[in-house]
Amino acid sequence: MNRILEEKIVKVFLFITAITAVFSVLLIGVFVFMEGMPIFLKYGITDVLFGPVWNPSSGVYGIWPMIVGTIYVTLIAILIGAPMGLGVAVYLVEIANKRIAKLIVPAVELLAGIPSVVYGLFGMFAVRSIIAELERGPLADYLPSNYQTGYSVLTAGIILAIMILPTIINISLDALKAVPREYKEGSLALGVSHWQTIYKVLVPAAKSGIITAIILGVGRALGETMAVIMVIGNTPLVPVLDWTGLFAPARSLTANIALEMGYAGPEHQQALFATGIVLFVFIIVLNSLTTLLVRRKGRK
Amino acid sequence: MKRLVGKKLYSGAVLTVMAFALVLTGCGGGNNGGNNGQGATNAPTNAATNAPTEAATQAPEPSVSGTVTLAGSTSVQPLAEELGTSYMEVNKDARIEVAGGGSGAGVKAAQSGTADVGMASRALKSEETGIKPVVIAIDGIAVVVNKDNAAADLTTEQVKEIFSGKIKNWKDVGGSDSNIVVVNREDGSGTRDAFKELVLGEDEFVAEAIIQNSTGAVREAVGQDVNAIGYISFGGLNDSVKAVKINGVEASEENIKSHSYPISRPFNFLVNESSDPTAITQAFIDYVLSPEGQAVVADHGYVTVE
Repeated sequence: MNRILEEKIVKVFLFITAITAVFSVLLIGVFVFMEGMPIFLKYGITDVLFGPVWNPSSGVYGIWPMIVGTIYVTLIAILIGAPMGLGVAVYLVEIANKRIAKLIVPAVELLAGIPSVVYGLFGMFAVRSIIAELERGPLADYLPSNYQTGYSVLTAGIILAIMILPTIINISLDALKAVPREYKEGSLALGVSHWQTIYKVLVPAAKSGIITAIILGVGRALGETMAVIMVIGNTPLVPVLDWTGLFAPARSLTANIALEMGYAGPEHQQALFATGIVLFVFIIVLNSLTTLLVRRKGRK
Repeated sequence: MKRLVGKKLYSGAVLTVMAFALVLTGCGGGNNGGNNGQGATNAPTNAATNAPTEAATQAPEPSVSGTVTLAGSTSVQPLAEELGTSYMEVNKDARIEVAGGGSGAGVKAAQSGTADVGMASRALKSEETGIKPVVIAIDGIAVVVNKDNAAADLTTEQVKEIFSGKIKNWKDVGGSDSNIVVVNREDGSGTRDAFKELVLGEDEFVAEAIIQNSTGAVREAVGQDVNAIGYISFGGLNDSVKAVKINGVEASEENIKSHSYPISRPFNFLVNESSDPTAITQAFIDYVLSPEGQAVVADHGYVTVE
């Protein structure tokens, strides 16, 4: 009798904790949408989403520069971070001996534990000045003057690439470890070299796990705020769409909210919540993608 | 902030219901707490005026109770809220309610009497009559460049053209041949609004500027980049950056007080001329102008008034 009661209490308690999580997401979602929707209704969805000018003091709320900025920075972060992370994971699983692995694994864990302000400081002092040297030196003739500040999507992309490394390394490491031994043994037995086995057999076999790793990395890069604010320059302009755009100062969605929330008037605040809605949609799409991929993997 | 005032309001109501004795002891305690000396910066003023003012203000204070409503400039608002909070610590019977609205609204509120005190972050215009301004603080903005930058003296016109994007190279204003990196504050910042009003006027800020969202971040950005220029409020100045002279006038407190440094504006409390202010309103204004009140002013990076 007593034990049944205990079971019940524990069940109810766990149910409450579970429902709290769902409830929180709903609450935050509804709140952000309710606060941000009026701006879309007042100025028109396309004008807000695709408007190229963000100038709240004149009542112009175009989020487009921030959308482009966010996508641009995230793309750079993934293009640098994903191959690096995958490389580290393959090295750890296939090549590194135990001694070296014992050095690398804690280092990666430490990387995950560094607060983002510290990444930001490092970016502002070290990476930014190197990029500025580059922009004002060899590239000075090709770049417009406002692209020679050191604050750029590239600077932010590099910092984010380092920040997402732990996510990508850890998850693709698990995926690679989960590949059955027989695959590798079979491949090697057929006379295929180690390197070829890695990129023809192991990596393809772990593909869905690696893609999940990359998507989670994208999620981390999208949501990062502090470090990005410190190195991206926060200029609300759309970067030019050729290679010089790499050196353009830009602004991300998260930075937009964090920068201006402090002093925002009522309508300005709604526009910042509208920025939040866009970010929310980005994250929902990403999560759905992950779920889809994980499900597909399960079916195989 | 609003919520905090709300709490104070509630506890204030509870207090009034309670016995006088409690109220009196509350006052005594608060007075001691409010006077934790702002040592270095205020030493001269304190030494000169501390003793007489305390003797004069301390005795009548417990008897003054009531509410003071303030409305107007959103630039003055944060400082007024801080002054209100520190005054309510000293005088537990007082309630200071601060609302925004802008300098224009502050003038109207004081004229019509909808607020006890109006707030304006500018001097009064000649057509704004029937009210008396009391300068409670001066907001000075320094234009800062890197310490290694050769440019050290700019005119207001040059500053305006740099921040509106018309001058793009340091060689045009006495520096080396390199591009100017303009560091601006985020939209909505009070310092940005003030700088725009005082320097740019009708012109718009250059859109390509780097944006940093705090005094510290602007200072950091300028301190690190030899080509950068930014502006910060006086309280934020330190060794990591160099404040340039404007029209040949050095950015210093004395020059602000003597009105020779151009990028500054008064923070005014406005009171109606036709009717005498209530006792509590007068007590609050006296507190703001006292060494304790001015210590709060200095704490928040504004220039004090004598």
